[in-house]
Amino acid sequence: MALKTWALRKSLWVYHVNTGACNNCDIEVLELLTPRYDIERFGMILVGSPRHADVLAVTGTCTRQAMPRLQEVYMQTPKPCVVLAVGSCALAQGIFAESYHMGSPVDETIRAVDPNAIILYVPGCSPKPEAMISAAVKAMEFLKKL
Amino acid sequence: MGLGWILLIFVLSALGTLVLGLLLRWVDRKVTALVQWRVGPPWYQPMVDILKLMGKENMMPVTARGTLFLLAPIVAFAATAVAAAILWAALFYPGATFLGDLIVVIYLLTIPAIMTIMGASASGNPHASVGASREMKLLLSYELPMLLAILVSVSRGGWTFQLGSLISAQVATSPTVLSISGLLAMIIAILCMQAKLGQVPFDLAEAECEIMSGVFVEYSGPSLAYWLMTRAMLLAVLPLLVIVVFWGGLYPTWWGVLTFLVKYVVLVALVTLIRNTNPRLRIDQTMKFFWFGMTPLAVVAVILALVGMREGLSWL
Repeated sequence: MALKTWALRKSLWVYHVNTGACNNCDIEVLELLTPRYDIERFGMILVGSPRHADVLAVTGTCTRQAMPRLQEVYMQTPKPCVVLAVGSCALAQGIFAESYHMGSPVDETIRAVDPNAIILYVPGCSPKPEAMISAAVKAMEFLKKL
Repeated sequence: MGLGWILLIFVLSALGTLVLGLLLRWVDRKVTALVQWRVGPPWYQPMVDILKLMGKENMMPVTARGTLFLLAPIVAFAATAVAAAILWAALFYPGATFLGDLIVVIYLLTIPAIMTIMGASASGNPHASVGASREMKLLLSYELPMLLAILVSVSRGGWTFQLGSLISAQVATSPTVLSISGLLAMIIAILCMQAKLGQVPFDLAEAECEIMSGVFVEYSGPSLAYWLMTRAMLLAVLPLLVIVVFWGGLYPTWWGVLTFLVKYVVLVALVTLIRNTNPRLRIDQTMKFFWFGMTPLAVVAVILALVGMREGLSWL
């Protein structure tokens, strides 16, 4: 068991889900791959399919249209998996909170299908890459207890 | 040789190839990172990836045909392991090879691609079926020039389809690559190797940002781990095939072992460098490249080799 969680911590593969973001957080997520931050040092890479992912980096306000899709993507991800809610919009729908086209915030949306989901919050508009690396490190610490 | 010895050699060579392949995958990733001014992952990263995938949930889409979907990666893995065992045996005991093992190796190395097509088709995903159709066209385009290039070495070695006598023919005279036809054939074989590995100019079957990892889109957990292990083993096996067929194999002296290692590193470095300096080709460009570029070149190489043999010109 210890070996299993150690391997999981050392190789977190990230799938990036956009649920209606303004593209700012998405650019900051991609910044993690650049030479300045180089997240591959920790074994993290961006993958193309939720089936390969261990981390869902969710950006955006989670609109009514995106809500069922996000739930579907979460259910398609093999467990154990971690959800990173990136940016103010993903945390509490930001300045769009009272709009007509909002679903529920990202954490509520995912808890609706899996009450025990591991969700980490990265606040900021948009969060700095350092904040996301810190969240990734906290995710690794949390997975130790799994 | 008893059955026990054969099994032991098989298991050892399969495990050794697996570890070597995973280390080579790390070299590939590290060199890519250095080319991009990054630091890159630690040396055990590919092994950790495999361990992690083995411990994850294995999901199966409702649209998939279960048996074939799960069987495909295992068959591909097994075929690559057998091919690796035959090639290592040919390198270390050239006398212990059997007649026609070159043909067996060529067939075994085609199985991963065919299993990729079958597994992707069985997953019932539209992205995977696009990837499967591309993989099929890729297989059709690189297989003919590859066989013609190998034919050059076979004809120069006195029409032998046995890996051991192919090596001893090259030891007796000179490696195939030290002739015009042999050099042409090896360049063609290296480009076909790139396509067989699914590395960047020819990675259109699993184009990550275009069709979401294409053929592997529905694979998760252990079944994905088997695919990654197959890919890693192919990365270790195909340079071996090129060395055995074109570059004189392994001489049993310390100088021979040293040159063998240099040859191996050069071939793997070439794969990584080609991958880092080229953009992805479209499928029509790939087929044009192999059918109208590489195949005529391979035919020319075969003709040169035959003329050289008839006239007794060993440099041709």
